[in-house]
Amino acid sequence: MYGKKVKLRFLFISLIFVVLILTTFLVLKSLEDNVVYFISPSEIKELGEIDYNKKIRVGGMVKKNSVSMSSNQVIFIITDLKSEINVEFSGVIPNLFSEEKGVVAEGFLKDRNFLNASKILAKHDENYMPPEVKEALKDK
Amino acid sequence: MLNLIGNYSLVLALITSLVLPIICLRNFKSNSSFDFNIFATISIQFLLICISFITLLFAFINSDFSNLAVYNNSHTSKPLFYKISGAWGNHEGSLLLWLLVLSLFILIFFFKSKKLLNPFRFLTIFFQQIIISGFLLFIIFTSNPFQLIIPTPIEGLGLNPILQDPALAIHPPILYLGYVGSSIIFSSSLAALVCSYVNKEWANDLKKWTLISWIFLTLGIMLGSIWAYYELGWGGFWFWDPVENVSLMPWFCLTALLHCTSVLEKRSNLQSWTIILSLSTFILSMSGTFLVRSGILNSVHTFANDPERGIFVLIFLTVLIFISLIIYFKFNSIEINTKSFLLSKESAIIINNWFMMYFLAVVLIGTIYPIFLEVITTEKISVGPPYFNQLMIPFLIPFLFIMALGPKLDWIKNKKFEVKFTKIILFIISLLISYLVAKNFNTQVLYSTILISSALYLFLVSITDLKNKKLKLSQKISHTAFSILIISIILNSLFSEEVSVNLKKGEEKKSLNYLVKFENISKMEIDNFTSIKAEIHVIQNENKLKFYPELRLYKVPETITSEADIKTSLFSDNLVVVNYLKDTNYLNIRYQKKPFMLLIWLSAFMLAAGGLMGLRKNFK
Repeated sequence: MYGKKVKLRFLFISLIFVVLILTTFLVLKSLEDNVVYFISPSEIKELGEIDYNKKIRVGGMVKKNSVSMSSNQVIFIITDLKSEINVEFSGVIPNLFSEEKGVVAEGFLKDRNFLNASKILAKHDENYMPPEVKEALKDK
Repeated sequence: MLNLIGNYSLVLALITSLVLPIICLRNFKSNSSFDFNIFATISIQFLLICISFITLLFAFINSDFSNLAVYNNSHTSKPLFYKISGAWGNHEGSLLLWLLVLSLFILIFFFKSKKLLNPFRFLTIFFQQIIISGFLLFIIFTSNPFQLIIPTPIEGLGLNPILQDPALAIHPPILYLGYVGSSIIFSSSLAALVCSYVNKEWANDLKKWTLISWIFLTLGIMLGSIWAYYELGWGGFWFWDPVENVSLMPWFCLTALLHCTSVLEKRSNLQSWTIILSLSTFILSMSGTFLVRSGILNSVHTFANDPERGIFVLIFLTVLIFISLIIYFKFNSIEINTKSFLLSKESAIIINNWFMMYFLAVVLIGTIYPIFLEVITTEKISVGPPYFNQLMIPFLIPFLFIMALGPKLDWIKNKKFEVKFTKIILFIISLLISYLVAKNFNTQVLYSTILISSALYLFLVSITDLKNKKLKLSQKISHTAFSILIISIILNSLFSEEVSVNLKKGEEKKSLNYLVKFENISKMEIDNFTSIKAEIHVIQNENKLKFYPELRLYKVPETITSEADIKTSLFSDNLVVVNYLKDTNYLNIRYQKKPFMLLIWLSAFMLAAGGLMGLRKNFK
């Protein structure tokens, strides 16, 4: 028969495996629920079906002369120079937010042309542009 | 002229770093104890790197715009303090600083390790030199801080104003001290493996370096977090942003290592595990630099960057991992001592390590997964705070309980397991208080109660343990600090309140329980920016607070920054941030109430102070 030591070692290793499998499962499950997809305005137009309860991020450039402010919200248009989307946002806009600069808005889609944003992300770098916009600008 | 001196001393330093490994190896083979050559070369190397760093500093102070790095990151109108800090506020300068610290640490290692085995010392310096030469090559060929531009421009482009902040001026150097400390841990582990020197004496030495890098890393992370809170006006201190995560991962590893080395020191156990942790700490620090600098990370912090640098760091990283794997498997002949019992200090520490590794894995996956997915499917995603909260918080509860009970256990085997009366009383007290707190303010009563009580229990136990002479002072302080940190963070996230409105001058608006009034606005010219100050009143049930948040309009580069007006007290921070949009009369106002912010900073500082005490004791 196996000694006590071997049995203990075996128990220990199987314990590690169980824990590992459990952790992987937990992590994957949580990832699936909390991932936020990053899409461009053009991609929204091409989406087959829209999940209105899934949070997304839309990246692009703030369209010139599209920003307007009222007492409870900011409205502007994000464009990737091919398609555009209206964004409605109530909250604090970051310092680096301005027209013709890169922007990333996070929120829920109302329909294909309308995003209800809950967060606007600032970039540290004033010259930052989301890669899609950079490419679109280059094409022009 | 100065630029040339800086550049040439870097090249000379590269030569010393290529010569040193040869001297080290020769000494190692001949088993000699004669180390004057090594000492001389290390000193020369340090001196050369010092010279090149000082020339860079001079270039920044004198606004020498013939230097590309100065031109890109400085401006004559910038205050002197930020001219100096600008020297390491950019990519090239920060790497030079990293290099300076590397060469300083190796000098310190040389002096502090005189009592240790000679071959081990030579080999540590050998491995350390490989890292240094890697960095030197990187700096000279891909990010040289002494590149010239012809013709010399009259004025520089200026430093990004959000980087003009005292906390951020010292944040990179401190963080780097932490990272670089881990490089010594890395080299020393490899050397110890080759010399079969993985024993108590080595563990004692390793512990000092672990403590040093742990202290600096803790402080560095805290400073970055303070900066994000004050300067960015995001109203929070941690966002689970990839760049933040990248500094947190080596911290988990170091914390695990810190506990694990005591086991090796006291019980000659867990050798392999200690080595693995040491190696991964540095590799994680390096990968962090790689991810941040290569621009692969999709982060709100994104810096401008250059893919060529990314590739270089990637190659360097692969070489380091490869070397460490080969050495680990070739020389790992450590016998595993399995004689330990379930109820002992060792097992408590092992459990601590397991939790640390779990937290590390969660953060690692959350940070890497988006990159992975983008490469495979070209889909772009980001992993938000809910992921981290969901996976970390439930595991925090058992972790805190074990942390409360672990330190009191004996080594090898806890002889009598008695459930002490006071422990149960403390448990009931913490449960009761938490229940009251959670019930009064929150909807998720059960969840919050358990969470707060676990943190409170750790706090109460650590406080009562403060009198216990058997435990080390450093450990008691750090554990108490950690419990205060966790309690503050939990309460902060549960009870934060926020109101945001857009107002014209003279308007007021009610939101939640708060009445926000935009009273006045004034303009002033200061140094290198225009300051716009608003007067905002926030009224909540008779209680009136006046705020004077500021907007700074910088001319070079043309940017706006918001300076929050923060009213700090021990129990709560109240802050108002404003922003405005061109061509509108509206001011974008956000009022936030953040409980226990001061306690978060103080406890993080106390955590590091605990480490410092441990270090002092170890050097006696």
